[in-house]
Amino acid sequence: MRAAATRYNDGRARGHAGWWAFLVHRVSGVALAAFLPLHFTVLGEALAGPAALDRLLAWTQHPLVKASEVVLVLLLAVHLTGGLRLLLAEFVAWRAEWQPLLIAVAGGTAALCALLFALNLA
Amino acid sequence: MTAPMSAQRREALFWLAQRASAAALALCVVVHLATMIVAVRGGLSAAEILARTRGSVGWMAFYGVFVLAVAIHAPIGLRTVLAESSGGHRRRLDLALAAFALLLLAAGMRAVVAVTVG
Amino acid sequence: MSTLSVRVWRGGPDIGAGGFETYEVPRLPAQTVLDVVTHIQRRIDSTLAYRFACRVGMCGSCAMTVNGKARWTCRTHVQAVAGDGALEIAPLAHFPVIRDLVTDTRDFSDKWARAKGEFVPTSTRSDPFAAVEPASAARRAIDAAIECIGCGVCYASCDVVGWNPAYLGPAALNRAWTLVNDVRDGARATRLAAIAGDAGCHACHTHQSCSERCPKQLAPTASIAGLKRTTAFAALTGEIK
Repeated sequence: MRAAATRYNDGRARGHAGWWAFLVHRVSGVALAAFLPLHFTVLGEALAGPAALDRLLAWTQHPLVKASEVVLVLLLAVHLTGGLRLLLAEFVAWRAEWQPLLIAVAGGTAALCALLFALNLA
Repeated sequence: MTAPMSAQRREALFWLAQRASAAALALCVVVHLATMIVAVRGGLSAAEILARTRGSVGWMAFYGVFVLAVAIHAPIGLRTVLAESSGGHRRRLDLALAAFALLLLAAGMRAVVAVTVG
Repeated sequence: MSTLSVRVWRGGPDIGAGGFETYEVPRLPAQTVLDVVTHIQRRIDSTLAYRFACRVGMCGSCAMTVNGKARWTCRTHVQAVAGDGALEIAPLAHFPVIRDLVTDTRDFSDKWARAKGEFVPTSTRSDPFAAVEPASAARRAIDAAIECIGCGVCYASCDVVGWNPAYLGPAALNRAWTLVNDVRDGARATRLAAIAGDAGCHACHTHQSCSERCPKQLAPTASIAGLKRTTAFAALTGEIK
């Protein structure tokens, strides 16, 4: 296979729903994977007793931390709903005409979830 | 089978493991999101979390399955992303990703024990 | 009469040494992008190299990148893509360039062959005709994907093709799917092994750019999803070793 130089697409070829859905899914996945070791370590502090965990949870009062939590919930919810759309496509059926609606529903549900969380956080 | 698995078979099985763990995570995450939305009301405290989870076989089983599914799903996902950013060869990254999977498993099970047993 | 300001990519095979040149083309009603390219070559600059054949949307030879998207230029009305009078025409992405708007399609064809995109017969002329139920799920899956004429628009539109040089691409995989579903075909195991893996269906990330741009409204996305399913179960049963 020759590795001859070719031209590549720019943003104009990517301005459609399926592409944005892919990008959101990838970014949210990587962010969540990076967050998990931290999440597990913090929870693991309960081994040293509730006081140890509370010391770490005190951080969650900080408004910046609260905002990050809302973002994390949004990332988790959007990765879930986007993932369900992919599972549907790969194991049940893929119809071109369903995709814009499915993507909108996925995004909307995730946003709603994050909103509910944010409201309960306040 | 004496011959080692072909690359194609390995990729197909990784794909399947990714989707199977995704299906398990779909259920776990729905429960987790609902739990978080309810639990975060009135602030987060260790006492509140532990009162719910300590001594509960149900929560231990739930979080145990959750951690296992994540330890399969996240590394396989990262494998694809890293491979695409570095020329497309997935095999080279397998050692590093296996290490990440073990890290998640160890830290995750520690967390499960921490909140359900203490 | 108004004019169009048309930027056309000139150069090749060295992409780095190429660039856009601007031409002023008279604007006409019901003008297609192919009409514009032809005008430039015949009336302004005869050194412009480009490809076309049927010019009525049947052969796929005139595919180029128009304002950033891969299209058949004979079926693209200027009015639809350049309402403000600005038109940019370049060769298809992901294909090596021979010169100007003409690309080298050998890799594209090679990948079709590597995906085992050809039918392997199992019967002879002495055997009765194969009975294939048109309403069966397998035949309907084939019908949905069989009209591909290999124009390369999907391949040019797929970012994974750009990121992963070994990736067989949507057209080759779409064709493989039609053969995997063909009950008369005799190369199933070989074909499944050919289209699995890093270079095969598992590299697809469902961007859907292929299905979005296919001039025949085919959905390689759906075909590739089917291949992912099929290869996964073939791996489990040991059909792929």
